[in-house]
Amino acid sequence: MAKHPVSLKVNGDEHDLLIEPRKTLLAVLRDTIGLTGTKEGCSTGDCGACTVIVDGKAVTSCMVLGVTASGKEITTIEGLASDGELHPIQQAFIETGGYQCGFCTPGFIMASKALVDENPDRTEEEFRHALGGNICRCTGYTKILEAVLQAAEEIRTTS
Amino acid sequence: MKSFEFFEPTTLAEASRLFAQEHAQLLAGGTDIVIGMKAYTETPESVISLQKIPGLAGITTDADNGITIGATTKIREVELSEDILQHHTALAEGASEIGSIQIRNLATIGGNIAHASPAADTVAGLLVADAQVGIAGANGERTVPINELFTGPGQTVLKPGEIITQFRLPTPASGSHYIKHKIREVMDLAFIGVASAVNLQNGVIKEARIGLAAVAPTPIRATEAENLLKGKTPTPDLLAQAGEAAAAATSPISDLRCSAEHRKEMVDVLTRRTLQHALDRAGN
Repeated sequence: MAKHPVSLKVNGDEHDLLIEPRKTLLAVLRDTIGLTGTKEGCSTGDCGACTVIVDGKAVTSCMVLGVTASGKEITTIEGLASDGELHPIQQAFIETGGYQCGFCTPGFIMASKALVDENPDRTEEEFRHALGGNICRCTGYTKILEAVLQAAEEIRTTS
Repeated sequence: MKSFEFFEPTTLAEASRLFAQEHAQLLAGGTDIVIGMKAYTETPESVISLQKIPGLAGITTDADNGITIGATTKIREVELSEDILQHHTALAEGASEIGSIQIRNLATIGGNIAHASPAADTVAGLLVADAQVGIAGANGERTVPINELFTGPGQTVLKPGEIITQFRLPTPASGSHYIKHKIREVMDLAFIGVASAVNLQNGVIKEARIGLAAVAPTPIRATEAENLLKGKTPTPDLLAQAGEAAAAATSPISDLRCSAEHRKEMVDVLTRRTLQHALDRAGN
C-alpha cells in the first residue's frame, strides 16, 4: 500500500517521513525515528506505557496511526530534559525511587507532565485517579505517587 | 495490522462517498478501530479519517437550539465542558467514566455512539438528554432521535456511507446523574450504566427520563418508569416504584462480567439512586 508523507515535530525537531498508514505513532517514534524511550506495553491502550504528549495532551501512542499525527507537535520522554537538566518530574522520580524496572516510567512521567501542566493543584486522590491509565507491573505506585506530588509541589512553588 | 488505503477527505460528501465503498471504515479517535485492526477483528481495505473535515469537532451553545456537540469532539472535552456539566451533568459524568485520560484525549463522542456498544458510557446521558443525532449521507442530512439509532449490539440504522455529524441536546434538565456500575475506578467497562434526568416545577416532577446501558441488546429508555414519575411529587415510595419499573424494562444477559439477575437488580437500585441525585441537583 502507498506510503504517505508525514511531517512530525518531535521534541522540537522536524521529521519529514514516508510511512505506511498502518504504522502506529508508537512504531514511528521507536522504529522510524529511533526514539526508543517510549515503551510498548499492552499495545491495546490499557497500560499507558506508550504515553506521549501530542499538542499538549497525553495520549496512548499505540492507538494513534502515525499518518494522523502529521503536522502535530509531539513530546516524548527524550524531550523533557533541557540543557542537560532533568525535568522536575524526572528528578522527583529519581529522588523518591519512583521506578523499579523502569519500563512503565516514561509513560508515567509523560502522563504526569500533562497533568501537572494542566493543573498542578490536584489533590493526592485526584492525581491517583488521573493516573489510572498507567500500570506499573512492579506495583511501585506509592513511590510513583510520591514523585508526582513532590514534582507538582515544586512546580507550584516555582511558577 | 493488515495494510489498507488511507484517506483524509476534507468534505463530508467525499467522506460519505468513500465510506459507502465496500470494506471501508471510518477513523475518528481510533481507540476502537486501531485496536480492532491490530487484533485482526477489523480488516478494512480503506480507512477514512474524519480529522480533516472542518466543523465536525467542538461544542456550541445557543439560546434556540441548546447545546450541539460535533461528532469528533473528544470525550475529554465533553467531560470538562462547563455547559454540559451544568445542563447535562449525566452526559459529562458518563464521558468521565471512559478509559483513561489518555484515551479520552483521543476518543470521540461520535465514535462512542457509532460503535453501538450497549455498554457505551456516553449513551445513557445522551438518552436522558433526548439527543437528536445529525447524520450525513449521499442523500443529504437527516436527524434520528438517539433512542431510535440502535438496532442491536454494534448495529445502528445508519445506511452505507452515512456518517454521524453531531448530537443536538435541545432540552436541558434541571438535574441529572449517571452511575456506572463497575469494579475498577478507571479503565473498566460498565456492568451496567444508569442515567436519570428530571425537570421539576414547584416540587412536582414535570418530566423524567431514564437511560439504561448494558441491560438489553441496545441502550434503552425506561419509559414506563418515566411515565410513573410524571406529574408526581417525589417520595421514596415513588422512586422505588420507578426502580422496579425500570428493572422490568430490561432484558440483560449473563456474561463474564456479571449475571443477568445481578444486572436487573442493580437497575432497580441505581435507578432510585440516580433519580434521587438528579432530584437533589434539581433543587428538590
